[in-house]
This record gives sequence, structure tokens and C-alpha cells, in this order.
Amino acid sequence: MFEVVDLTPTRLAFPSLREAKAGDLPLSGGGIRARCASLAPVEAASDLKRVPNVDMGRQMARMVELRLNGRTRVDAVPDNLLLLDYLREVVGLTGTKTGCDGGECGACTVLVDDRPRLSCLTLAAAMDGRRVDTVESLAQGGRLSAVQRGFHEKLGSQCGYCTPGFIMASAGLLRRNPHPGEEEIRAALGSNICRCTGYVKIIEAVKYAAELHACGASP
Amino acid sequence: MNEIVPARNIGSYVPMVDGPDKVSGRARYTADLIGAGMLAGRIYRSPYSHAEILEVDIADALRLPGVKAIVTGADCDKTFGVLPIARSEHPLARDKVRYRGEPVAAVAAIDDATARKALALIKLKVRELTPYYTAQEAMAPGAADIHAHRAGNIERDVLFELGSVEQGFRAADLVREESYSCAEVCQNQMEMHAAVADYDVERERMTVHASTQVPYYVHLMLARILDMDMSRIRVIKPHVGGGFGCRTEALNVELIAALLARRAGGCVRMVTNREETFITHRGRPETDIRLKLGMRKDGRITAVECECIQRGGAHSGYGIVTILYSGSMLYAIYDLHNVKYIGKRVVTNTPPCGAFRGHGTVDVRFAFESLLDAMAGELGLDPIAVRRANYLTAPAFTDNDLMVNSYGLPQCVDWVETASGWKMRRGKLGKGKGLGFACSHYISGASRPVNWTGEPHATVKIKLDFDGSIVVLSGAADIGQGSTTLLAQTVGEVLGLDLARIRIVTGDSEVVPKDNGSYSSRVTFMVGNAAIEAAHELKRVLVAAAARKLEAKPEEIECLGEVYRAGAQDKGLTFNEVVTEALKDTGTITVTGNYSTLPQSHGGKKYRGAAIGGTMGYSYSAQVVEVSVDEETGVVSVDKVWVAHDCGKALNRLTVEGQVQGSVWMGMGQAMSEETAYHDGLLITGNMLDYRVPTIADSPPIEVGIVESNDPHGPFGAKEAGEGSLAAFLPALTNAIADAVGMRFNFLPVTPDRVFAALERRRRAGNGLRNRS
Repeated sequence: MFEVVDLTPTRLAFPSLREAKAGDLPLSGGGIRARCASLAPVEAASDLKRVPNVDMGRQMARMVELRLNGRTRVDAVPDNLLLLDYLREVVGLTGTKTGCDGGECGACTVLVDDRPRLSCLTLAAAMDGRRVDTVESLAQGGRLSAVQRGFHEKLGSQCGYCTPGFIMASAGLLRRNPHPGEEEIRAALGSNICRCTGYVKIIEAVKYAAELHACGASP
Repeated sequence: MNEIVPARNIGSYVPMVDGPDKVSGRARYTADLIGAGMLAGRIYRSPYSHAEILEVDIADALRLPGVKAIVTGADCDKTFGVLPIARSEHPLARDKVRYRGEPVAAVAAIDDATARKALALIKLKVRELTPYYTAQEAMAPGAADIHAHRAGNIERDVLFELGSVEQGFRAADLVREESYSCAEVCQNQMEMHAAVADYDVERERMTVHASTQVPYYVHLMLARILDMDMSRIRVIKPHVGGGFGCRTEALNVELIAALLARRAGGCVRMVTNREETFITHRGRPETDIRLKLGMRKDGRITAVECECIQRGGAHSGYGIVTILYSGSMLYAIYDLHNVKYIGKRVVTNTPPCGAFRGHGTVDVRFAFESLLDAMAGELGLDPIAVRRANYLTAPAFTDNDLMVNSYGLPQCVDWVETASGWKMRRGKLGKGKGLGFACSHYISGASRPVNWTGEPHATVKIKLDFDGSIVVLSGAADIGQGSTTLLAQTVGEVLGLDLARIRIVTGDSEVVPKDNGSYSSRVTFMVGNAAIEAAHELKRVLVAAAARKLEAKPEEIECLGEVYRAGAQDKGLTFNEVVTEALKDTGTITVTGNYSTLPQSHGGKKYRGAAIGGTMGYSYSAQVVEVSVDEETGVVSVDKVWVAHDCGKALNRLTVEGQVQGSVWMGMGQAMSEETAYHDGLLITGNMLDYRVPTIADSPPIEVGIVESNDPHGPFGAKEAGEGSLAAFLPALTNAIADAVGMRFNFLPVTPDRVFAALERRRRAGNGLRNRS
């Protein structure tokens, strides 16, 4: 099923919490918005109440059980911990990148229950009971997945910094639409910024990945 | 039995050798270095654009539990800067702040939250001074000097006249003069600036991981700022997430991280955010250009007069070089005589500009190719015919003594003319649609590096040991452009070996030879040539060993990569057998390859700064851009781009195409949507939503034609491919808009609101088409 992605920038319900507490000087006027409404956070206040509070010193934390890259993990996570920072700094999965101050660039895209999400706009505490997949989950037995192979062989990746985000957004696309047309590829990757490629070879990479996928490779 | 042939490694589509690391998430960038015990570094930045510092009060911040160190301008009186003649910048401001966001103090704390709390406790007392946000304000009579040593806020005045413009204009059938303005733009590379500095108190050594294009320059500036012996410093460049020129000089980020680490006696991880990365800047300056051209009826250019004013920002950076490039690179693309250039680089109270991709050439090329197009229209000439009337003939020296050895521009022009269907389709696309054409060029490395030491321009070492793997040691900084892959390919090509046998070690000053870094498109040409020389040296050693073992003369030995033999009937020796023999005399083998540019390529002495622009090889590019203009909304869509790039020889067609497409697209961002904007010195575009980078939904197909002029000095004939195609996009776009709607846009970016306003003005004036070409 192809999903139409709304590319209208929207103001976020959850500004980047990591930045919001900053006591430093406001230097620029730009607000924090999501480039793409459908990638906005999945959590709602009611979701968070489902998990018990744990007192971690002065910080409120919650026990969270999630399926991360195919393995079950249980962590006590502070309420304001972003999924991005949880993945990188708590778990040590640094494949997911920080590219902006919240919702601008898509470098932190991961799959939550197979759907692309911006981990910089998602609270780790809201991941209880969810399935989270990062770029590190794709290779099977050390072999690159179809999307990874596409980005490597077709040079969809130059500096590589936006690549994990593009790869996860593409993997999400192929999971819901194994035969995307060019316009569908453009729509699905419209929230991800790449500064190196001009996107031409990224489109070739995803098309090639879809062909490999059709031949039986995992996306 | 299969015939044994050497492996071929150049000229085809070769995926990057470090690609699997990038697509799997294994590649580590500086911000990915997260370790227990690291301190979080944060910078306190000036909220004033121009002010005298009276006091930086850090007492309260220092008392905050968890704060391990605070440094201010008082802790470092040394200056830094990439040009030895223009080192005016302190890592942390002393005495004065000169732009909003300039670092004033920095904190290292046990975690990021504590560091941020500490920033809020720092108190800055100042006496505010009049800020100058535009070049005109800063140059106005009576304006105070932002830097005491830059009188009148002029960083550099350039003036030259070669030939006589007066005579040239007299010989013209048509003389036209226009003004052009280009907004300031920023590289906005995906990886935000980061540094991890680790100070070993016991052994007094500093190790810095930095997201840089120039580890060597960072090394030099660390030694200067820390007042440490260079031998006690180690600089490591992990994977780098793009640069496009903003990291071609040491930045305050890595220097401040090191100052903090030494003060704290530990390891400081300094990761800036996107807004700070914008403020660190080093982008392309806001540029105003007045251009006057003389042209004969046949399209021949008779004279050029160009005045260029750049708003350089608060510090020197590469500024002097930028304003010189803008003048010298008028040459080396067409056969020009009678050229006058007046350049002014102005100091202002805005973040410092730098060496953005296409350094110094882009905005002037926009003006030049726009005016050529307009004048072609007036004379009733095809814009392409006008370029053809002005070709150079290589080899040649230009009037400003630039050496042109190979010149593929005619082939580039021919390719895009044919591929785009220019002759058949131009003027026949229908309402609101148009085709535009333009050319550009760039250098393959500056022939004289900014830090002239007398050493070779590039040095590559190869180590061969018992395991038979070829280990290439190079300081070349791969920032995503593929220099690591290039090293593997060139060495593999000479030795006839598969890339699987070759390992590349880069990016650690403790291990690899010095390299000047990845800027001015120097790496393929200079490092490539050094790698080829090193590989030939290794091949000589191996051939000698094989000859000894096979009891033959070295000239009788045939090297087939994995087999060395003394004749077609000889079974020969395997590579590993040859290696074993070669190691007998000397043990581990290391060989060296060097590359130095020819003195003739160093540019001339006809005016002060004439060396800038000198290179061993110019790349050339031609482009046709097809646009649709929605006259109701002012929205311009780029439907297709055809680009041909003369890279001498495509060592790797995949990465050449990728570089050319990326250049064209980055030019598109500058031409159509990107602009840094300030309100009273406050950056109001410090994020990727307000600084509008084209998304995949806005970006056109870009068809690349590779032109191979086989440069006589390039590695296997190669020249640069990563910058030269950027500049042509800008004028090709506005020329296409002129073709589509009959209006010329002499200012960038051509955002929908500006296009709409211009079209609306024309509708109201009701005076039909202006400047229809």
C-alpha cells in the first residue's frame, strides 16, 4: 500500500526536548518544525501513562521494554530522553545520525513498527511495546540488504552521513510498497536531506534495491 | 586455462571502497565517538554583533557542580587563520566581539545538561559599538574599523588591468554593463562541526579527532593556539560528513575543544548543533558585481571590466584568496584580452565567510555568463555560438600567466548541445518553458599551497610486508568525495592488482604522511600523481625481486598483477612468492611517491596576488537547463539538466558522475532557494527549514556527459571533477528563465516571491517583454 506523504512543514507538538531546556542565548529565530507531518512523533500523553514511573535520582524515568533490532531490551529511560539519544548514547548504536536541531533533515530516521520515524522527534519512553529497527538491523549474516547494496553500488551515498536515514526511509518504503515508481520514491524520501548527491543516484539506488528485493533480497 | 591479465581498476564504475561501512552504520564520524568519562563541551556565544568586552564573569558558572573547566579569551592570546598573512581570529574573543554568535567562553562539564546550565550562568559585560552588516555600511566614510589593522574595513583591494579595456571597448560593436548580486550561502554539510580533544596530562600530549577537510592545518593551528610543540599533538580525521569548503581551515570548534581538554585535564567531546554550524559559517560571501563587456558582431569578446565587492564577515579566513580568485578566474575559460578587475573584500559584523565549493569563481561566472547570454540575444547570435567564438587553444598561457594544458570545453559544449536537443527545441517548448546555457571551469588544486614549505605538494607511502597486502599510507582527507577509493584504484592500476589486496590507511597524523588536505580540488591531481609514483617505485622493487628469482633481467619481467614471469612460456611466480623474495634483502618494504607542481603553473607576477588561480589543470563544464515558470505563482521548476564535464580522464565514472551531479545540484540550491539572512546581525536562517535546501521532490534529473581531454600532467590524464560544474548552473538557470518569460534575473536566489514580484511589476507596467533574448 502506498501512503501519500504530506510534505507541508508543520509546527511540532513536541519541540526537540534536548534543545528546549537550553539555557544558552537564543541566537537565531527559526522555530523547530517537522519537514514532514507523517514523521512526527508517535507518542501521545496517554501512551506514556501506560508505563510505570521509576525514580532515577531527581529525574523521572520509566521502564521501557522494546524490540530493538530483533532483540528485546528493557531500560529505565528518563521521560525527556529522545529515541535518537537513547539509541546513540545509551545503547551505542551510532549508525543513526544527528543532522539538525530537530525535524529538519531526516538523518535520524528509524523504523518504528516498520514505519519511518524521526527518532529526534520521538521520545524513547514512548517505545514501550514497539518494534524499533535501525540501520544496524538490515544486514543479514553480514550481507548487505537490498537497500544497502543499492546505496553502495549506485553511489546513493557519498559522505555517508545522511545515508542511514535515507536507507531506513527507503527500507520502510519497500516494506509497504515493493514496486515504487519514481514519484513514489521522491515522495517517500521527501523528508530526508542529502547535500552530496543531488539525489539522482539515490533514486537509482532505490530503484535498484527494489529490483534486488523483487529477486528475493531482504529490503 | 584462462589467460592471466592484470586487474584493471580505472575508467569504469567503481563503488567506493568504504561504502559498506557507510551503508551499514559502521562508519564512525566525530560525533559518534561517545565514551564513558568524556566531558561535554559547550560554547557561550556573543549576543552582540559588535562590542567591546568589559568583563566575562564565569565565577557562578565555575561553582556549578559538575563543571570541570571554563575557558575564555583571557586563556589564549594567540590568533589563528588559514593564511599566514591574515591571522586575526582568536578561538575565543578577546577585547572585542565582531559578530553575533562569536565564541566568548566555553564550558566542559560532566554532561551536556550541566554544560548548558553553566552557559546560562556566564555573564558578559560589554560596551556596544556600531555594527556594520553590509559591505556598503562598512565602507562608508566615518565607519569605525572592525579590526584595527584593516583600515576602512577593507580586507583586500585588488586592481589589475591587462591590455587596455578602453581600446577593447572601442573595438566592440556592442558594449553593455549590468549589475548582479548574489546572496550569501552556506555549505550546510550534513555533519555538524564536532571535535573530541583528549589531553594526556602525564605525558603532555594532545589528541584531537576533528570533522575537518584539512587535518594538517588543524595540526598547525592547534600547536599555535596551545603553544605546544607539534610533536606532542596528534590529529585524527574520522569519517567526515561532507565539507564543501567550510572545513578547509581550522575552525574555532576544534581549537576551543583542545583548550578545554587541557584545562580540564581530560577528554572533551564538543558537538555543535545545526544553528552553531551555520554560525561558524565559512560560506560564500554576499557579492555585488558590476560587469561591462564589449562584443563584436561575431560574438568575439573585446574587453571585460569587472568590479566585485564581497561582504567577507568579521574575520579574514580565506578572504584575500577569494577576492583574488574572482578576478584571476575571469581567465582560463575563454580567450580574453583587455581585462580590468576591481575587487574589494570587506570586513563586516557578520559570521566569517570562507572557501565554498567553486571558491571565488561562482558569482562572477554567474554575472559573466548572464551578460554573454543577454548580449548574444541583442546581436541575434546563438548563445552557444558566442562561446564558440571565444575558445582558447591549448596549450596556452593566459594574459595573467595561467597555464592551460588541456581544454575540453568545446567537446562539453557540443555534448550538451546535442543531448539537450538545443537546436531543435530552443524557443519551441511553449509558454513559460525555456532552455538556458552556460559554461564554467575550475582548478585542479592551487599550484602554490597556502602554507608554502618547499615540500612536495603530496606524498604517498606504500608498505609491503609478509602478508602480501598493499598498505597505502596517505594524509588525503576523504570527506565523501572518494579520495580513499581513488588511492586504491590508482595503486591497483599500476600494480595490476585487485582492490581486495589493497588497504588504505588515512587520517591519523601519527601514521600517515602529511597532506595539505581536501580543498581546491587538489587531491585527485596531486595525491593521485604521488600514489602513481609510489606504486611504480614498488613495482620496480618487485620486478627486481622476480628477476633475481627467475634468473632473468628486470626488463624481461612481465608483471601481470598476481603473476610475474620472464616470458609467455614461463609459469612465473605468484605475487606472494615475489613478495617473499623481495623482503629477503630489506625486510618490510616502504616506498615513497611525491608530486610537485611545475613552476610555470604557479601563476604570474603581473599584479599583487597573481599567483592565485594557478593550477596544473583546469576542468571545464557546459550546461543546458530546462525550466518551467509558473507565471501565476512565480514558481520556477527545473525539469532537466544536461551537463558535460571535462575531467581529463574519468578514473572512476561512478564518482565523477556523482560529483558532477552534486555540484550542479548545489548550484541549483544557491540559484533558487538558499540564502543566509540576518536581522540586526541575528542569523534567522539557522536551520534547514528556513535555509531552504532543495529536497528530492524539487530536484531534477541531471544527465552527465563525461569529456576526457587527457591532461598531459594529470594522473592517467585526470583533472578535477568535484567543483567545476557548480558555477554554470546559476547563469544557465537564469538564462533559461529569460528564454521562458523574457525577463532577466540578475540577483540570486530566484525565489518564487521575487520572480512573482518581478512578473507582477511587468504586468502592471504593461510594457511587454524586456531584454528578450
